[in-house]
Amino acid sequence: MNDKGHLPEERRTFLKYLIGGGLIGFAGSVLYPLFAFLKPPKQADVEVTSASAGKLSEFEKGTGKIVRFGNKPLLVIRMPNGEVKAFSATCTHFDCTVQYKKDLEIIWCACHNGKYDLNGKNIAGPPPRPLDEYRVVMKGDEILISKKA
Amino acid sequence: MKNFWNKIYDWFNSRLDLQDVVGFIGKKYVPVHRHSVWYYFGGVSLFLFIIQVITGILLLFYYKGSSDLAFESIQFIMSKVEFGWLIRSIHSWAANLFILAAFIHMFSVYFSRAYRKPREITWLTGMLMFFLALAFGFSGYLLPWNELAFFATKVGTDIMTAIPFIGTPIMEFMRGGEDVTGATLSRLFGFHVALFPGIFTVLLAVHLILVQRQGMSVPIDMENIPADEKKTMPFFPNFLLRDLLLWLLVLNVLAILAVFFPAHLGEKADMFAPSPEGIKPEWYFLFMFQTLKYIPAQVLFIDGEILGILLFGAAGLLWTLVPFWDRRSAKGQSSRFVTYLGLFAVIFIIVFTIVGWLA
Repeated sequence: MNDKGHLPEERRTFLKYLIGGGLIGFAGSVLYPLFAFLKPPKQADVEVTSASAGKLSEFEKGTGKIVRFGNKPLLVIRMPNGEVKAFSATCTHFDCTVQYKKDLEIIWCACHNGKYDLNGKNIAGPPPRPLDEYRVVMKGDEILISKKA
Repeated sequence: MKNFWNKIYDWFNSRLDLQDVVGFIGKKYVPVHRHSVWYYFGGVSLFLFIIQVITGILLLFYYKGSSDLAFESIQFIMSKVEFGWLIRSIHSWAANLFILAAFIHMFSVYFSRAYRKPREITWLTGMLMFFLALAFGFSGYLLPWNELAFFATKVGTDIMTAIPFIGTPIMEFMRGGEDVTGATLSRLFGFHVALFPGIFTVLLAVHLILVQRQGMSVPIDMENIPADEKKTMPFFPNFLLRDLLLWLLVLNVLAILAVFFPAHLGEKADMFAPSPEGIKPEWYFLFMFQTLKYIPAQVLFIDGEILGILLFGAAGLLWTLVPFWDRRSAKGQSSRFVTYLGLFAVIFIIVFTIVGWLA
């Protein structure tokens, strides 16, 4: 203490920084857990390498079905000529789920009338990108779908 | 009997100095002029919000907020709980009427320049409540966990990803993950029944206290009438009784709508089914949604959707800040530009809502 009852200047500055810094650190240690809590934890994605789409003999020509691939929907189509194709079923526009339209021979998204041809290419409506294609392998009568390398 | 009530009042008054409060609430006058009808819509919005709180709490007694149980619990409310269909239908209809009343209230305040100095804070709290009302609508829409709600929420949250840099984190924050799942339902449920009502109540309190303190605004062109020609009506009891009569009418309208057009439930959401046709956002989002469709995919190197979202964001901000850039209203003049902007907004919203409905 000097004679005016004040702390010496440098000690005062030091204390100011100490308290200020301490407060900032404290605020950080309160806010960080809050924001960290709000961020959803990364769920251990079941790394799926392949999924079964059922038996070929039970899969009618000219139909499509949605197949689970981990937690993503895939659209598996059996073309009128018997060939099987698989695409991601998530529309590239706004995330709706697409379906096979037999009468037009296209892949169609009901949400905003987006259209893809049977190679997954976006041909009409709002979709900005083609659908990802998946690989189809036959194992006897069973259809196996896997990611394209 | 009178004596009994007097005693009770005196008991509280001697402890709380009630006369100050009674004085604060009691001295309010409603200006009487040819635009007085617009003074009712704030009250109607308030009434519908109260209805939402009551019916919402009632629904909470039976609703189960998880992706396995939500749809079935609403089925249970609609079919097994006595008058469950009525409570849910009223909640659903009152939500729509609430937003409609808030729209009317907002535009009437805008056109009469009631946001001008000294009422800027009242306008700001009102605008925040309006955005919250939309958020209430969006978060409540998913809670039945039906097909339409599931895909509408997918689309609504996916639109966010168009925003540069922060879009994807916002979407993940809303979805509680990368996809719309049970985590999304839990999250939006928490927003809908806890976070939003809490914030809304605080804003509402500020809004009403400010109206009470500053009194009712008079349109600019009525301000310069000599004081002896200004007509007013006491709020208590004259205007309040008129308010209550209108509330009663609104309650009847709600009952009629709920009985003759009960809320639908549709099919349970299935993540592994194609999206159904006719996915549409609620009518109060339609005009924005419809506009996004008309913006070309590319506008001078900018993605059309991003442009649309940024434009709506900028428009909302401009609208919210009108007391601060409409300098002439603070001086008691009304600018043509503000009127035309408001008319453009009204016409734009009505036209694109209708087009979206018919699409």
